[in-house]
Amino acid sequence: MNFTSESSGKRIPCFRVLDDNGYPIAGSIFEQVNKEIAVRMYSGMVTLQIMDTILYETQRQGRISFYLTSTGEEAINLASAAALSPDDVVLPQYREPGVLLWRGFTLQEFANQCFGNEADYGKGRQMPIHYGSQKHNYFTVSSPIATQLPQAAGVAYSLKMDKKDACVVTYMGDGGTSEGDFHAALNFAAVTEVPVIFICRNNGWAISTPITEQFRSDGVVVRGQAYGIRSIRVDGNDALAVYNSVRTARQTAINEQRPILIEALTYRVGHHSTSDDSTKYRAVDEIEHWKTAQNPVARFRKWVQGNGWWTDEYESEFRSNIRKQLMEAIQLAARKEKPPIANLFTDVYEENAPNLVEQERSLGETIKKHPQDYPSDVPL
Amino acid sequence: MSAILRKIIAPGGIPAWGIRVIASRTYSSSAGGKEMTVRDALNSALDEEMSADPSVLLMGEEVGEYQGAYKVSKGLLDKYGPKRVIDTPITEAGFTGMAVGAAYHGLRPVVEFMTFNFSMQAIDHIINSAAKSNYMSSGQISVPIVFRGPNGAAAGVGAQHSQCYAAWYASCPGLKVLVPYNSEDARGLLKAAIRDPDPVVFLENELLYGESFPISAEALDSSFCLPIGKAKIEREGKDVTIVAFSKMVGYALQAAEILAKEGVSAEVINLRSIRPLDRATINTSVRKTNRLVTVEEGFPQHGVGAEICASIVEESFEYLDAPVERITGADVPMPYAANLERMAVPQVEDIVRAAKRTCYRSVPVAVNA
Repeated sequence: MNFTSESSGKRIPCFRVLDDNGYPIAGSIFEQVNKEIAVRMYSGMVTLQIMDTILYETQRQGRISFYLTSTGEEAINLASAAALSPDDVVLPQYREPGVLLWRGFTLQEFANQCFGNEADYGKGRQMPIHYGSQKHNYFTVSSPIATQLPQAAGVAYSLKMDKKDACVVTYMGDGGTSEGDFHAALNFAAVTEVPVIFICRNNGWAISTPITEQFRSDGVVVRGQAYGIRSIRVDGNDALAVYNSVRTARQTAINEQRPILIEALTYRVGHHSTSDDSTKYRAVDEIEHWKTAQNPVARFRKWVQGNGWWTDEYESEFRSNIRKQLMEAIQLAARKEKPPIANLFTDVYEENAPNLVEQERSLGETIKKHPQDYPSDVPL
Repeated sequence: MSAILRKIIAPGGIPAWGIRVIASRTYSSSAGGKEMTVRDALNSALDEEMSADPSVLLMGEEVGEYQGAYKVSKGLLDKYGPKRVIDTPITEAGFTGMAVGAAYHGLRPVVEFMTFNFSMQAIDHIINSAAKSNYMSSGQISVPIVFRGPNGAAAGVGAQHSQCYAAWYASCPGLKVLVPYNSEDARGLLKAAIRDPDPVVFLENELLYGESFPISAEALDSSFCLPIGKAKIEREGKDVTIVAFSKMVGYALQAAEILAKEGVSAEVINLRSIRPLDRATINTSVRKTNRLVTVEEGFPQHGVGAEICASIVEESFEYLDAPVERITGADVPMPYAANLERMAVPQVEDIVRAAKRTCYRSVPVAVNA
């Protein structure tokens, strides 16, 4: 009688291409990334960094109600996006705006959503960072954790029925893998044999819960086999490793019509969100270490500059350019009108329900009768 | 209070409250003599809709090989294959989430819950995703999905298999909630639900599956569809309005027969739809009869009857000659023993007594002309 041990004793190894100093590790096999893609990836990572810093501050100044950063996870964001095609459908958790950025969402569009103004594609219905864009194949962010995972399996089922040359990519954090939906989704995807890539950003923290309290397994990658899913553990702060693994995962998912699990190891440098102060539950020097010595942006920069594709001058010019663009976008977003009150009642159903038409009419009358009780700067 | 001739609001007229009165007579019983069980009605509706639209899928536990836990999906696996009739692993959260995702991307899934009691394990996907996505995405993500299965009490299945979810789901904007009673309802409403672009919760009743009802030729036609949000007057009357849905419609009709023998003419309304609720039909009827009894199997607090009562008080207060009577299930988890179970659900006698109470509570003058 032999009980299989609760742990295999050896941790699953981690795929890496670049060492901590941005040099390719001797003997590592990887698909090369050309200058155009590398520069686009790197500049996307820098843009994301700047966007996070400035929009976080904007919340602190009270101009938007909420924000959450992807600081420390720029490589996962941009490199995974770069490895996909625009037809691949993305179901994010909420720490992946870089994927949308890669696909062409502009700084102005990000700002509009955060300010909930009339130009927001979400018509002011969602809190900040809940971006979504049908034309970019990026599903609107949904707050409850891990609900996007079985839904991603469903989207993949639809793609499979259409026999499309595309897959679904869905993201979650380490905490999300504890949700029931994670297990249901992986099991389901395996049984229905659908082309979906599950990317887990294992960043060490779920608000204040460290991974030591989140699970007892060797991280997330080992769970794949339990569901019959091919899996890989990757250094999430190594842009080239992320790029390579997602490229291969995509090909496998589509050609073999099977799900893939990628565990990308990284660190959540920022607080969980603007509602959190992580110095209350973790050491400041731990945060500093990952912010500096293990910074994925700096690491990739070394490789890109090493190839002669980027310079220090470009860096400062680029950064100040983006900062300026973003500040302008924010000013514009703040000045734009709020969405009209009519938006309160539409889209509940495909066609407007009679009771809502009635309520809108009745609200309009009440506002006319008592204008002093309603903000005068909000259009009807 | 003397009997005052109430002004009857003509169809199309709009009183001060802004209620639109719509004639709600729909297909009446057939002259053809054909009968159909509710189970067959549902099966034929699924079959026809799957045949007409290749994006319609059925998924759930036991729907395929087993022909459906209640045989509602009999024959569908053979006809449409395992890609469209999917036997899922046991995970309500999993298959509901998966179906919602499929609906996001253009398929039209029909999700079967073995009983709506199990839908609670997937309720986040139903409410936070399916119901709210169209709104939260400002129309970018539409969710043409149907959640169906038996709801409410069966017989001798205890607390975790007997709850009625009509009130819970119907309180949520973004969902539509339908409650068929007979075979015609089952066919017409399920077809309408599958064709509808919004998420629909379709609450069936296990004990009605085997019941046979007459069905008209037009109801048997594959293009047959009932409008969502319109109640049906199953029996006309003038003394008291009895509003019910699902299995309780049958009980209300039996109660009406008994009441008729005692000189009380009851008007029985089959809601067919809890959200949207056909307040216009209910209010018109109460303005005619001046008395109301609501009947439901579910728990009393925050139930469907409570909402109807509020609607009447808001819109037809001065037409009431008696307080509204709510007949509901008992405020306890459903017990198992047969005698206890009987006491925990409404019986025909409860409805009869309630109707009589409304008729005797006002000053005994002649009832309205």
